[in-house]
Amino acid sequence: MSTTPLLSLAGVHTHIGAYHILHGVDFDVAAGEVTMLLGRNGAGKTTTLRTIMGLWAASAGRVVFDGRQIGGPAVSGGDPAAAPSPAKSSAQSQLLTPAIADLGIAYVPESMGIFSDLTVAENMLLAARSARRLEQLDAARLEWLFGLFPALKKFWLYPAGKLSGGQKQMLAIARAIVEPRRLLLIDEPSKGLAPAIVQNLIAALRELKRTQTTVLLVEQNFAVAQALGDRVAVMDDGRIVHRGAMAELVADEALQQRLLGLSLAAHQ
Amino acid sequence: MSDTTSAVAATAAAEAIPKRAFDFRPLVLVAAIALIAWPVVGSSSTWLTLTIAGLAMGMIVFIAASGLTLVFGLMDVLNFGHSLFIALGAFVATTVFAGMGGAATAPSVASNLGVVAVAVLAAMALAGTIGLGFERLIVRPVYGQHLKQILVTIGGAIIGEELIKVVWGPAQIPLPPPEALRGSILLGEASVEKLRIVAVVIGLVVLAALLWTLNRTKIGLLIRAGVQDREMVESLGYRIRRLFVGVFAAGSALAGLGGCLWGMNQQIVIPQIGGQVNVLLFIVLIIGGLGSTVGCLFGALLVGLVTNYVGFLAPKLAMFSSIGLMVAILLWRPQGLYPVVNR
Repeated sequence: MSTTPLLSLAGVHTHIGAYHILHGVDFDVAAGEVTMLLGRNGAGKTTTLRTIMGLWAASAGRVVFDGRQIGGPAVSGGDPAAAPSPAKSSAQSQLLTPAIADLGIAYVPESMGIFSDLTVAENMLLAARSARRLEQLDAARLEWLFGLFPALKKFWLYPAGKLSGGQKQMLAIARAIVEPRRLLLIDEPSKGLAPAIVQNLIAALRELKRTQTTVLLVEQNFAVAQALGDRVAVMDDGRIVHRGAMAELVADEALQQRLLGLSLAAHQ
Repeated sequence: MSDTTSAVAATAAAEAIPKRAFDFRPLVLVAAIALIAWPVVGSSSTWLTLTIAGLAMGMIVFIAASGLTLVFGLMDVLNFGHSLFIALGAFVATTVFAGMGGAATAPSVASNLGVVAVAVLAAMALAGTIGLGFERLIVRPVYGQHLKQILVTIGGAIIGEELIKVVWGPAQIPLPPPEALRGSILLGEASVEKLRIVAVVIGLVVLAALLWTLNRTKIGLLIRAGVQDREMVESLGYRIRRLFVGVFAAGSALAGLGGCLWGMNQQIVIPQIGGQVNVLLFIVLIIGGLGSTVGCLFGALLVGLVTNYVGFLAPKLAMFSSIGLMVAILLWRPQGLYPVVNR
């Protein structure tokens, strides 16, 4: 399995207004793996994803994707991999969100970001940058997505706002991968879903994992994390307090208690 | 995969699913108001004349307001400077009519309509171009700040109005319709002004173009999505700022078109013409539901009809009829007829 970091965060700080949310976040996401980002409420997980996506700018540190700095203030000298792209001004290392998406990074927010007034089909079409009409969507990939999320086919022309919570989550994930992406950022996909739906979601994400899609998954449901994660980073108070293999954390109940205040057993 | 794509297969699979029904109640309301007014007005011919005039006025107001609803819905910008583009459209029309006076008074329908077409295109082009500068200089620095938006766009409109006085002078300028569009035609006993028929036709073309763009193109899909969640549209890789600029320019161009028609309807153009109609546009926006094109249409038709009926039945109340209508609609539907955005 490849362990080449596709995404690296080094000393990332993020301020939102007067609030200092991230205090020097460091971790890597290896290509082809599912990295779980765990932590209690308010630990800074969502802020981390939004900072990677450029929705909030990092005030210090570097976010590097595939060797190119996409977030954080400009740096001079040092690691060539962290240097700003020659095409960009040295004062503008922070890419805008659309430019980050253009690099192949897809984001599924905690709110799912479904366009409720649009149909399922229109939501999918919007995410397919290469298609202008539904007929131009990649048929084989769509068939694969329908296999992962059968409800999407059934409700194809249905207003997305009328879908159930689980179906919306399926749509949000399917929309993110309607075209091949290099990195998928998913924020708490199991939140508020019934256990049976969560199991379906895990099955779909496992299938996605088999395609070697790189995923950074924020989750509070430890059972989901155990089922999907290769690596794990645990956050607390805007900092990474643990990094390692998911299997190690699963096997160490004391560590779970210390980091997350819970044990896997409590989730089963 | 066979010739049939998955998208088409999915479309077929979804055919059995009940579709979201169009809400016809606002349309029924428009018809009901017209029907209720019939016995109240008394004379059928007068009622028909008032109704068609009201619908025509509504169409002109819709044209001018449609850009405003797009700008507010997508960009969350309270653009009180919209009045500037309406005034620009009207004044450009006076210049075109003055420059092509011969064609406007020639006994040729084609020449007359040609003058109108040139005036409309010139009004849209200038208003759209000025709109680009207005967005860059005045609106862009205050995105997301409603209070500042109100203040600076009103300021922009005042400056623009003064500049209009510099270019065209402070006095009123007559804008009589071309020869072929003067006078009325008789529908039974009802008299219908020709210009209003043209306004209805142009309004229907604008409506069709807007609905086609919004519902049948990817740009329209982006606009509709951007109205709901701008951040997510950006996360999908679209430069929504560029979309903002395009929509603002298109909205300004539509205001120019509306101003051109409003000026011909009024037959007199003054620098304050935009400000006079601006309040009406915001009333239409609120009645229709913020960000909704269809809502804007029904809101404008309701305002046009009610203003005309009340103006005939109780002229002293005409000034307040639109506000009264807005209050009644908001008591029925607090977010307007077809709300799209909830801000």
